Amino acid sequence: MKNIFKYTCAILAVGLVSCEPEFENSVNDPGFYSSGNADFSRYVAVGNSLTAGYSDGALFITGQKYSYPNLMAEKFAFVGGGEFTQPLMNDNMGGMLLGGTQILENRLILEVGANGNPGPVRLQGTPSTDAAQKLSGTFQNMGVPGAKSFHLVAPGYGNPAGIAAGMANPYFARFASSDNATVIGDASAQQPTFFSLWIGNNDILSYATSGGVGVDQTGNMNPSSYGSNDITDPNVFAAVYSQQVDALVGSGAKGVLFNLPEVTSVPYFTTVPTKVIPLDAGTAAQLNAQFAVYNNQILPALAAASVITQQEAALRKINFEAGQNFPIMTDDDLTNLTQMLMGPPFNLPQQTAGLLGQLRQVNSDDLIVLPASSILGSTPDPGNPMGIVGVTIPLADKWVLSRKEQDRVRIATASYNATIRAIAGAKGLAFVDVNQAMTRVATDGLPYDGGVLTAQFVTGGTFSLDGVHPTPRGYAFITNLAIDAINHTYEATIPRVNVGDYPTITLHNN
Amino acid sequence: MKKVLLFSALALTAALSYGGGYRVSLQGQKALAMGHTGVAVVNSSESVFFNPAGLSYLDNKLNVSAGVSGVFSNIAFQNAETGASVNSDSPMGTPLYLYASYQANDWLTVGLGVYTPYGSTVKYPEEWAGSHLVNSIALQAIYIQPTVAFKINEMISVGGGPIYAIGSVNFERSLNRTLADLEGNRSTVEVDASGVSNWGWVASTMINFTEDLHFGVTYRSEILLEAEDGTAKFHNIPNSSLTPFADSDIKAGLPMPAELSLGVSYDYDKWTFAFDFNRSFWNVYKSLDIEFANPAIPDSRNARNYKNSSIYRVGIQYDATEMFTFRAGYYFDETPVRPGYFAPETPRNDSNNFTAGLSVNIGEHFQIDAAFLYSHFKEVNESYDYYFEDGNAVPFRGTYKTNGFIPAIGLTYKL
Repeated sequence: MKNIFKYTCAILAVGLVSCEPEFENSVNDPGFYSSGNADFSRYVAVGNSLTAGYSDGALFITGQKYSYPNLMAEKFAFVGGGEFTQPLMNDNMGGMLLGGTQILENRLILEVGANGNPGPVRLQGTPSTDAAQKLSGTFQNMGVPGAKSFHLVAPGYGNPAGIAAGMANPYFARFASSDNATVIGDASAQQPTFFSLWIGNNDILSYATSGGVGVDQTGNMNPSSYGSNDITDPNVFAAVYSQQVDALVGSGAKGVLFNLPEVTSVPYFTTVPTKVIPLDAGTAAQLNAQFAVYNNQILPALAAASVITQQEAALRKINFEAGQNFPIMTDDDLTNLTQMLMGPPFNLPQQTAGLLGQLRQVNSDDLIVLPASSILGSTPDPGNPMGIVGVTIPLADKWVLSRKEQDRVRIATASYNATIRAIAGAKGLAFVDVNQAMTRVATDGLPYDGGVLTAQFVTGGTFSLDGVHPTPRGYAFITNLAIDAINHTYEATIPRVNVGDYPTITLHNN
Repeated sequence: MKKVLLFSALALTAALSYGGGYRVSLQGQKALAMGHTGVAVVNSSESVFFNPAGLSYLDNKLNVSAGVSGVFSNIAFQNAETGASVNSDSPMGTPLYLYASYQANDWLTVGLGVYTPYGSTVKYPEEWAGSHLVNSIALQAIYIQPTVAFKINEMISVGGGPIYAIGSVNFERSLNRTLADLEGNRSTVEVDASGVSNWGWVASTMINFTEDLHFGVTYRSEILLEAEDGTAKFHNIPNSSLTPFADSDIKAGLPMPAELSLGVSYDYDKWTFAFDFNRSFWNVYKSLDIEFANPAIPDSRNARNYKNSSIYRVGIQYDATEMFTFRAGYYFDETPVRPGYFAPETPRNDSNNFTAGLSVNIGEHFQIDAAFLYSHFKEVNESYDYYFEDGNAVPFRGTYKTNGFIPAIGLTYKL
C-alpha cells in the first residue's frame, strides 16, 4: 500500500512540473515537417495582382492577409521559413490616392440594390492609402497589381513621378527601393533562398477584359510601343520570363513557377449569357422588318460583289425571335462598310450606314463581359425610349470578346505556358499547373470539405466580386496547389491549408 | 472560521469539467483525496452529497464541511495536416461546496448541501481552427439540496431529499467559416442564459454489514435545465439584408444527467479502503439545440449523442496520528462521448485520475482537508463529424491532449 502511495505522489510531482499538455510529436517540434532539399529561410514572391492578394477589384489589408504567398509563408514557418512581410495597404477600403486625389477605386461589395437584387458595387468612402507615401523597408511579397511580364524588368516602374502619366505603377511606387528600381531587381537584391513567380496574366488579361479592343502585338518585339490592352508578343514574354527566373535563381535559389489559366473561363466572361435580350413575337417581327433590307438585299449584294465573304455575310445577318435573343454589336474584326453604304447604290444616311458599318448579332461563340450587364437593355437617351442597348443600339466592341479575339488570347496563353513549363523543367523548379486546376473549377468544380468550389459568379466560392481574381478561399486552393508542387519537387512535407477555413465574398450595404 | 469566510467570499464562478462531459467530481475534499469515493464512507457531512443515508451514522451532532477547488485545466489541440495548433486559455475554475448535518434525535438527521456538480469553462484563442464549433463556454449548475436521513437501526439507514438546481450558460462561437464583416472579422453568436432552474431529487441507503464493512447506494435524478428566456447576441455581422442575424431571444435545454453510485468501504485498524462505482446516464444528452425566437434565424442543432458511462474509484485512508490523516486514490473515468462526436467544447476521452490528500486536526472541532487531483488524458485523434455547411458534413479533426491539476482545500467543523 505504501508503494501505491509513493507511486501516486511521484506521478503528481511529474505532473506539477509539466502543466501544459504536450504532444508526443508536436507539429511545432523541429523536424515534424521536412523542408526536403529546399531552403525556405528567405522566401520572396514575385508577380502581379494575384501575388499581391488582390480581390474584389482592389487591394486591401484582409485580402493581402490571404494572399497565397502569405499563406505559403505561414506554412513555410514550420520548415525554417523566416519573416515574410507584405506592403500592406492602409485600410480595408481598397482604393488609392495620389497626392490626395483618388486614382484607384475602392473594393467591391455585394450590395442589395433598391430593386432587392444583390449585385457588386464599390464600397463608399475615401481610402487612406496614398501612392505618394513611401513605405520603409523591404518586402517579401513583391506582387504588383497590374504588372505585365515586361514591367518587372522596366526601370522606373515604381517612380511616383510617372504614375499620373501612366508610366509607373502606384502599387510598386509605394515600396520600390528607388525611382529607377525594377521589381525583379528589388526581389533578387533580397537574395532569396526560395522564390515564387506568377507573371504573364496581364499580358493577355487586359486584352480579354477590355473585350479585345487592344492589339495582338505578336511579331512586335518592342514592348515600349504596346498599349495597355495589347497582347504581349510570346517571344518578348519568353525573353523577359527567362531573364526573371535567372535573376531569382541567382546563385542557386529554389522556387515555384505558376502557369496561366485560360482567362475566358472566369465569371467575368461567363456570367452574362449571350442570349440576353428577351422579346415578344411582335417586337421581334418589328425589329426583323427593320433589318429586312440589310439582311436580304445589302448583305447578299456585298457578298456577290466579293466585298465581304459569304461567311461574313452569314455572320452579319440579324434575326430576332420570340424569347431570348442575342444582342446586336459592333465588331471591329468585321469589314467596315460605312463608307460603302453611304455611296451608291445604297445611299444610306450617315447614321444608318454607321450603325450597319461593322454590325452583327452576338452569337454563342462570343463572350459578353461582366460590366456589360449594367448597360444591356438600358436606354442611354431618356428622350428616346426606342434606343435600347443591344436591341437598337449595338453593344460596343469592348463589351464582347469575340471568337476571333478569344483565339488570340488562347494562342498567346498556350505559348506563354509552354515557356513557363519548359523553364520550370530546365531549371528543376516546382511547377503549378493553375490552368488545369482552373479548367476543372470551370467544368466539374473542385471539392473541398464544405462543398464544391465552382466558377459560378458570387456563389461559386472561387472568384471574388470582380469576376477575375480569386476569393481568399480561391487563393487558399491555389496555395495548396503550390505546396503540393513544392513538396513533390523538393521532397518536402510542408503542411497544407484547409480551404474551407477561408472566407469568400463580402456582403455589405453602403 | 476565517477560511470559511474566505471561501464564501469567492464568487460562485464557473467550474471546469472534470469527469466525462461537463460533470465536475469535486464534491468533498476528504472524498476527493480518496479518488472521490464516499458512498460507503462515513466521516463528515460530505455524505450529504455522497450518501445522505450515511449522515445517520456520524459521531457528532453537528457537522459542517466547506471547500473550494482551483481547477487548472489545459487542452492542447493540433492538426498535422495543416499544422494548426492551439492551447486553450481557460480561466481557473473554482467549484465550491458547503454541507451541514444535524442529528435531531436518535433516528432523524437533517442536512443541507450546496454544491456544483456540473460545469465547464473552456476558452480558446480568437478565430482558432475550430471557432465555428466553439470559442468559449462557461456553464455551471448549482445544486441546493435539503436532506433528511432516517436511521432504521444500526445496520441500515435511508436518506434523500429534493434538489433545486440553478444553472447558467454562456456560449460563444463563429457562425460558420465563411461569414465575416467588412474588416474580415468572423461573425459570431453569443448565447447567454442564467437563472435557469428546475427540481430533482436524491435518494440513498447505507447498510453496515459489520462494524467495519459498509455498503451504500445513491441515486441522483436527472435535472433538465431549460432556458426559456435566454438571449443570443450576434457580433461582426455584415450590414446586409442577406443575413438574417439579429439579436434574439432563445430557448435551449441542457440535461444534468442522472447518476447511480454504489460503494463499499472496509475499516481495518488505522486503514480505510473504499471502492465506488458511478454510472452516469448521459444518453439523455442527444443534442445541443438552440431555438431562436426570431423565425428568420435558423435553429442551431448540434448532435451530441452521448452514451451512458461508468467511473471506477478506489481510495485508501490512513489515520497516522491524532493530528494527521493521509489519503490517496485513483479513478478511471470513462468518456460519455462517442467517436465522431468529439466536440472541442468538452474534449474528454477516458481519463486516469490520481488523488492524494490529508486532514489536519486543529483542536477538537476543526479539521483542515487538503486534496490534490491530477487528471491524465491520453493523447487522442478524434473528430466531430456533425457540423454542416450547406448540407455538407464538415468534420473537425485533430489530436487532443488534455490534463488537469486541481488543488483543493476545505474545512470540517464538528460539534
